[in-house]
Amino acid sequence: MARPGTHARRRAAPGIAELPRIWLEHHLRSSIATLGRLLHAPLPTVLTVAVIGIALALPAGLYVLTENLRNLVGGWDQAAAISVFLREDVSDREAGAVAELVGQWPELARVQLIGAQEALDEFRHQAGFGEALAQIKENPLPAVLALFPRPDYTAPEQIEGLQQRLGQLPEADFVRVDTEWLMRFQAILDLAQAAVGLLAGLLGLGVLLIVGNTIRLEIQNRRGEIEIMELVGATAAFIRRPFLYAGAWYGLLGGLSAWILVTAAAIALQGPVSRLASLYRSDFPLAGLGPLPLLVLIAGSMLLGLVGSWIAVNRHLRGVEPD
Amino acid sequence: MIRFEHVCKRYPERGDALSDVSFEMESGEMVFLTGHSGAGKSTLLRLIGLLERPSRGHVIVSGRNLATLPRRKIPYHRRQVGMIFQDHKLLPDRSVFENVALPLVVTGLSHKEVGRRVRAALDQVGLLKRERALPVALSGGEQQRVGIARAVVARPPLVLADEPTGNLDPDLSREIFDLFERFHQVGVTLMIATHDLGLIHLRRHRTFTLHEGRLADDSGDD
Repeated sequence: MARPGTHARRRAAPGIAELPRIWLEHHLRSSIATLGRLLHAPLPTVLTVAVIGIALALPAGLYVLTENLRNLVGGWDQAAAISVFLREDVSDREAGAVAELVGQWPELARVQLIGAQEALDEFRHQAGFGEALAQIKENPLPAVLALFPRPDYTAPEQIEGLQQRLGQLPEADFVRVDTEWLMRFQAILDLAQAAVGLLAGLLGLGVLLIVGNTIRLEIQNRRGEIEIMELVGATAAFIRRPFLYAGAWYGLLGGLSAWILVTAAAIALQGPVSRLASLYRSDFPLAGLGPLPLLVLIAGSMLLGLVGSWIAVNRHLRGVEPD
Repeated sequence: MIRFEHVCKRYPERGDALSDVSFEMESGEMVFLTGHSGAGKSTLLRLIGLLERPSRGHVIVSGRNLATLPRRKIPYHRRQVGMIFQDHKLLPDRSVFENVALPLVVTGLSHKEVGRRVRAALDQVGLLKRERALPVALSGGEQQRVGIARAVVARPPLVLADEPTGNLDPDLSREIFDLFERFHQVGVTLMIATHDLGLIHLRRHRTFTLHEGRLADDSGDD
């Protein structure tokens, strides 16, 4: 049936309506075929994917770490922001009056008075202190006012103003701002996260180079095949496509393995973290990568693979000409 | 179909491969191209398939001057030209079927249609039963027939063959030439480079002879 020549002009061109379907089918087939080829040679593929996975697991893991620390600190936001230690000669009644006075300040959401006796009882309950306190006849602890500023009144300069006004109260011995170290810690965390971002950028560049080099080698290995494809009339886009898909697959699989590594690390660390948290009479569930960061990781990794292969393809495919 | 106008091809390392070659070939013609090895036969074919560009002169194929063809249009030109090589140029890690299917796959033809046309082409060269074999499992003559099936599977109006029987014994060579004769009968334009003068004397077709890069003789079929 296939009589060359006579059918050349009669060969029906695909209708316009069919083109998107053909295009889609083509891409689908090409991407699946590329995956098949990658899995056909599992060792080099696994090695490349593992390198990408490890490179990306590092910033992803550090990101998870800082996020967990942020969560941990966030849980302490409810702790008293300002403690006012009252002078020892202030009686319980006087302390109550001060608490009432300060409680009317508009900046404060809540004021809690912890009397001297109350503080002593609480202290006694904590492990190890009971016996030590039994040796002391007089209560060494002052009464404390725990102040919780309103949520819209937590800027550092506002807290500072509040601190000064509280210090001028005649009953106040000294005023401590509990959030100070929290703010410092937040600033350190912000710095750490910026550093994670930089690291991610650097390792992302590394992934770009890894994929680029892998694709370059692949182009070299398949030189003969590319030449023959060009001989039979394959367009540059057609020849480029499987390499670009390979890059995207490397990226996708690398991103997935980074996620698996980070998740595995989180699961492995959950036990020790729980033990540590229990020492602080707390329960701290270690969070893994959330859905959005996971999406960013996978999509970013895929994009890096695609761009890496794009660079390699543009640099090296041009040099291949049929001979 | 093909027109050469004062075509020269000079390689920096080898000097002139072709000098001042002019000829014209009608659509549906079958032409033999002979000459010693190194006379420029391959170069002439490569210019038609746009594997090379001439140093001077014009190559016109199907009314289109190849010199003005932009780079991105080259693939579409090559789809109109089936090329057969002495060394077959098959992909060693692909089956016979996949090798023959390549020119159709690159055009984005549907899977079903590819299968149908590949089997038709393999049937023509008598290799339908070997479609799953790898090229290494085939004899030289069979491999060349796979190359021929690949060249004609997309039904190009023009087929070029560069020493297609270079490594084959006379019986196999005759078979291959019979195959070309059949393509000629259904209207394909063929240009076949060969130094096998014994085979072409039996056939009454135009013969171009190249001698040191010049077209020395354009004998008709009379």
